[in-house]
Amino acid sequence: MSDGVTSRLELTGITKSFPGVLANDDVSFSVAPGTIHALLGENGAGKSTLVKMIYGIMHPDAGEIRFDGKPVQVANPKAARAMGVGMVFQHFSLFEAMTVLENIALGLDEAVSYSELESRIRAVLEQYHLHLDPHRTVATLSVGERQRIEIVRALLLTPQLLIMDEPTSVLTPQEVAQLFDTLRALAKRGCSILYISHKLHEIVELCDKATILRGGKVVAECDPKKESSRSMAEMMIGGSLKEIEKAEGRSFGAERFVVADLSLPADDEFGTTLRNITFSVRAGEIFGVAGVAGNGQNELLLALSGERPVPFSDAVKIDGTPVGMLGADARRRHGLCAVPEERNGHGAVPGFSLIDNAILTARNRKNMVNWGVINSRLAERYTDEVIHTFAVKTTGASSPAGSLSGGNLQKFIMGREIMQAPEVLVVSQPTWGVDAGAAAAIHQEIVDLAARGSAVVVISQDLDELLAISDTLAVMNEGVLSRSLKVGEASVDEIGLLMGGVHGDPEATREYAGAAHVA
Amino acid sequence: MTEAILISILVTVVGAATPILLAGLGELVVEKSGVLNLGVEGMMLVGAVTGFAVTTMTGVTFVGIVAAACAAAGASMIFGYLTLTLTANQVATGLALTIFGIGLSSLMGAGFVGQTVERIGPLFPPALAEHEHLRILFGYDPVVYFSFAMTLVVAWFLRRTRAGLILRAVGENDVSAHSIGYSVISVRYMAVAFGGAMAGIGGCYYSLVLTPMWAERLTAGRGWIALALVVFSAWRPMRLLAGAYLFGVVMTLELHAKAAGFEYVPPEFLAAMPYLATIVVLALISLRKSVGSQAPACLGQPFKPST
Repeated sequence: MSDGVTSRLELTGITKSFPGVLANDDVSFSVAPGTIHALLGENGAGKSTLVKMIYGIMHPDAGEIRFDGKPVQVANPKAARAMGVGMVFQHFSLFEAMTVLENIALGLDEAVSYSELESRIRAVLEQYHLHLDPHRTVATLSVGERQRIEIVRALLLTPQLLIMDEPTSVLTPQEVAQLFDTLRALAKRGCSILYISHKLHEIVELCDKATILRGGKVVAECDPKKESSRSMAEMMIGGSLKEIEKAEGRSFGAERFVVADLSLPADDEFGTTLRNITFSVRAGEIFGVAGVAGNGQNELLLALSGERPVPFSDAVKIDGTPVGMLGADARRRHGLCAVPEERNGHGAVPGFSLIDNAILTARNRKNMVNWGVINSRLAERYTDEVIHTFAVKTTGASSPAGSLSGGNLQKFIMGREIMQAPEVLVVSQPTWGVDAGAAAAIHQEIVDLAARGSAVVVISQDLDELLAISDTLAVMNEGVLSRSLKVGEASVDEIGLLMGGVHGDPEATREYAGAAHVA
Repeated sequence: MTEAILISILVTVVGAATPILLAGLGELVVEKSGVLNLGVEGMMLVGAVTGFAVTTMTGVTFVGIVAAACAAAGASMIFGYLTLTLTANQVATGLALTIFGIGLSSLMGAGFVGQTVERIGPLFPPALAEHEHLRILFGYDPVVYFSFAMTLVVAWFLRRTRAGLILRAVGENDVSAHSIGYSVISVRYMAVAFGGAMAGIGGCYYSLVLTPMWAERLTAGRGWIALALVVFSAWRPMRLLAGAYLFGVVMTLELHAKAAGFEYVPPEFLAAMPYLATIVVLALISLRKSVGSQAPACLGQPFKPST
């Protein structure tokens, strides 16, 4: 780069504290022009806080931000955009009921007529070979397409620095490949990219440099091309990473959990209709359900857990007992426990203490209620047991669920269900937004539960996770479950194609499939 | 003969519909920004009494109407401060605003009971306004035409302008709007003030045109009908216009029945019809599943920005 002398972005001594937490402690690093720079760290390491300060959503307590060599005060996101900083958020800042065009217009600081904006959008789409219909309503788009809106929104401003916060957590392998092509093309034009991700193999593949944060401090800088996923993970957690211990050549028992011909109409216009879902899980088996979000996974979880009973009793059977028409509580009595995807408000009541949250699902299987009266000593003991066994970081059993970090709450919820020793466990996104260390612990617990003879269903968008822990795998696409594949025999490409390939882009799917065949 | 009756019925329907159309338009904008202000009835009463008092004192109706808009907007700012700045519960605060409005208007209006003001005349010259047929188009006072115009303005504003887009964005996803860099709170303050002003104008239409005098609880629960109308309209201004006239028909049933000498149903029942119709309409709309997705996604939720 011609302006290669200065750094695009230089942070010196950035410090930010919140009541009780030091989120960033004297963070310094710099990003060179035209490089893809990874920012790594566990949950709560301070990555999000740091990029929010660069983008002007938060303000540092101390330290200096230099952009293209000049010290700057980023007052708000508008100022950041004016400087040439774009950001794609982990949780998209999109407006579901509005069109793509309106969403993009909202991200611009100047008023542009819709016709001019549309032609500018089409030019950017053309330039980076992206596909997106500006007139679709966001609610009807896949997650990959939604992310593309955010990217186009950022690209329209021809940014000098693009911040991407966990961009691939919801994409299919093909969509990830396409995103990487876009990012590389962007870097080639001189735009620096600050890339935040948990997925270390992606960092190895994509990034030129990595800065690793732990506990709000920079603990290492490295060249990802010279590191392995494992070595970087160990730098992140500051210790060695445990492998999942899975007994080889395990044998499975009788069929414990059988789902036969389960169909369920969508309950609103944005939902997915489940069509003839059929699978069975044997004792000791982990059955993975892969697929891109929004293809009926939520509906499947509700139908399996009993939150939405199905009209046919025989559609769901636990150890031969038909439970299809029973609700969640009754199914729990029959030995089926479930962990939904959404932790706050679905898996746990944020304002309730951990004890009360434990009582909510464990009361029957753990005999916490006699004649309608809660045995609080028993409940407290059970909660303590869960906290202790699953190494949940909390100030105590009576602290509210909402005060726990995402990963810790997930560990608690998983622990609460697993320690009830369910015959069948259904889990959705067990490690969503959970850092490497906690994810490994959760995976191990799932594997151990199966080893004790339970049937486990894991619904996840994270293919690596499913390949690591499950024995059998099927893919959910538009409410239909594919045939079951044995893990080890199925290739990632095959599964990726079952997931529906690249959304709205059949050409790329074909290309990818072709490439896979050649390889 | 029957034609003349029909025309006079239509003219009364338009009159009866105008205040709920005005208040409904205001509330529609407020709800589009994600705020649920249940204080419409209270703000209408504040507008009604202020408009009447100022008109009596100054003798100029236009000044009365402007004062009504300002007073009701002022009352809505109490609601705004409590719910937006202090993030109080919107439902409870809105109900409190209604009760406050009833009490305040009774107090303010105590000295004005029994007085009368001159009705606002039609906008157009008598040749048009009193013409046998043409009065259906030209026979109304300026406030009626103002309510038509505002329907179009609000529809255009929400659909076509950038400010309208931002307002809808704030009501659709406050967190996202904030992270993009829009000031959720100030957008909502402006919407609430607009809603208050419109409710005030709607309210003073009773005390200056329809009645025209001041009595306690003059609006008789029409503010609640305006609220229901917003749901009925699925947050669309043109449907709100249609809905307001539909309710106008129901609200004037009692009048027409009396005029026609219709005696089979007790008049009290007919007088209760608008409220009954409100319940029926809301129940029918709730049966339709898609109504939830038409409502602004953040409706009624307090917003606390992180710093």
